[in-house]
Amino acid sequence: MLELVNVNKNFNSGTINEMCLFKDFNFKVEDGQFVSVVGSNGSGKTSMLNLICGSMLVDSGKILINGEDITYKKEFLRHKNVGRVFQDPSKGTCPSMNILENLSVADNKGKPYNLTRGTNRKKIEAYKDMLRPLNLGLEDKLFTKVGALSGGQRQALALLMSTMTPIDFLILDEHTAALDPKTAEIIMELTNQIVREKKVTTIMVTHNLRYAVEYGNRLVMMHEGTVVMDKSDEEKKNISTEDIMRVFNQISVECGN
Amino acid sequence: MALILSVLEQGMIYAIMALGVYITYKILDFPDLTVDGSFPLGAAVTVVLISKGISPVLTLPISFVLGALVGTLTGIIHVKLKVRDLLSGIIMMTALYTVNLRIAGRANFPIYNEETIFNNGFLNSVVPAALAPYTTVIVIFIVTIICKYLLDAYMSTKSGFLLRAVGDNPTLLTSLGVDKGLVKIVGLAISNGLVTLSGSVFAQHQRFFDISVGTGTVVIGLASVIIGTSLFRKITVLRVTSSVVVGSILYKACVALAISMGLESSDLKLITAILFLLILVIAMDRKKVQ
Ligand SMILES: Nc1ncnc2c1ncn2[C@@H]1O[C@H](COP(=O)(O)OP(=O)(O)OP(=O)(O)O)[C@@H](O)[C@H]1O
Ligand SMILES: [Mg+2]
Repeated sequence: MLELVNVNKNFNSGTINEMCLFKDFNFKVEDGQFVSVVGSNGSGKTSMLNLICGSMLVDSGKILINGEDITYKKEFLRHKNVGRVFQDPSKGTCPSMNILENLSVADNKGKPYNLTRGTNRKKIEAYKDMLRPLNLGLEDKLFTKVGALSGGQRQALALLMSTMTPIDFLILDEHTAALDPKTAEIIMELTNQIVREKKVTTIMVTHNLRYAVEYGNRLVMMHEGTVVMDKSDEEKKNISTEDIMRVFNQISVECGN
Repeated sequence: MALILSVLEQGMIYAIMALGVYITYKILDFPDLTVDGSFPLGAAVTVVLISKGISPVLTLPISFVLGALVGTLTGIIHVKLKVRDLLSGIIMMTALYTVNLRIAGRANFPIYNEETIFNNGFLNSVVPAALAPYTTVIVIFIVTIICKYLLDAYMSTKSGFLLRAVGDNPTLLTSLGVDKGLVKIVGLAISNGLVTLSGSVFAQHQRFFDISVGTGTVVIGLASVIIGTSLFRKITVLRVTSSVVVGSILYKACVALAISMGLESSDLKLITAILFLLILVIAMDRKKVQ
């Protein structure tokens, strides 16, 4: 279980640009939930993920994972059981290394990076089996540098890499946003399949309302650092993209634009 | 012939240093000026150890370890104390000037009468007379090739993979639960280990230590790396490390050419600077064409 308790976060404190994003923000994610997060630009979705992952520290408040206080835990240590995929496909892979090397380095997560060989020939077949269902032809390109792949191919690889080893949380930040509709669909299906198979607790930020409605068992809408809508399970099943649009528009009207 | 031999000898000695610069400049994207201090460190330590009767071969691993320590310090200054990369190197380079003087005890320390890896009882007894003029170049070749292969081997280990990834995409390392700062420190350690080892070979070749031997080392290293990597970019059969070695030899050939055209060795640093500028401009032109 992941908990954000009374989290406060200001930007540019002490300057004229001071801005309060989260004020006594509380958020809880139960084990096994697949949460889709929607919300307008600047509503604080990425910031929330950054706080959870430790890319940014809270001003006050607590972040707990399974009861353990990780508020000030180092970013890289938190990732030992967290997988993360970014909007930018190049952030999840290493361009100067080939697909096999990328998969191998990800496969070793959680184990020591010592002086034994970086790649294991015996695993090549297993890697190919992982890549084949993507239908992107990556299984024949194990020795191609990742820098030479398309954004969609890289993102698929990044998603596989972030979920290869056992993780408790999967954090996805608009991970289909940079992809064409067809590839986005493939990546979204793959995401869903991985989340179901591994039963990994997932937070997925997306601007695609259809994905938010179709996938996951909880839907959260954020606005100016607060949660303005939160539907899970049965409630969520009955929600449509139109309902979400309506709430969106309502908020905009209330804010006077 | 003597000129070619001398170019090969010098080129391959500096190639070991260039391999170190390759790690920082190309892989870590860290212009490391520590090099100007860690190269003479190898020279200083080596002349002192040899004059004290330590086996010349042993000075090589000792130099590597000391250089690795120095690189670790640069890394700690940069990563833990959050000093900018260039400044971390400048701090270490400046500090090492004094350290090197203290180690050697004076600004100039010759070892003309001592045994070196090029001239010792063992070599003199096994090398046939016909090969004698080539002993030096062969020994340097062996040392350089060993360094190159060890570096290649390291780069294909799990730890080496992290080093390759850290310059490319530090975010990935964090996502993998790895401390990217630590990986940078390891990279700087290996790099300066190689540079210091190169300084050790250099001192045994020249048979002296001089406090000024380090000045401009980093420029020579950068020039070699840039020549090597941009000239042989297309040739994939050649490993990057091999291109760096060839780049270093080519660079020394250019310098030798400039001197043979009438420039004096006191002009060396000026030649170095102008050559480096030329190389940078030419390498950039090639990038634009691509
Ligand atoms: N490092 C920072 N410094 C200053 N302000 C920041 C910083 N990070 C985020 N903010 C501000 O916090 C607010 C929320 O940003 P955030 O990136 O979390 O939005 P988001 O919901 O992810 O938006 P988008 O849909 O555009 O990705 C914005 O107003 C942004 O300007
Ligand atoms: Mg965002």
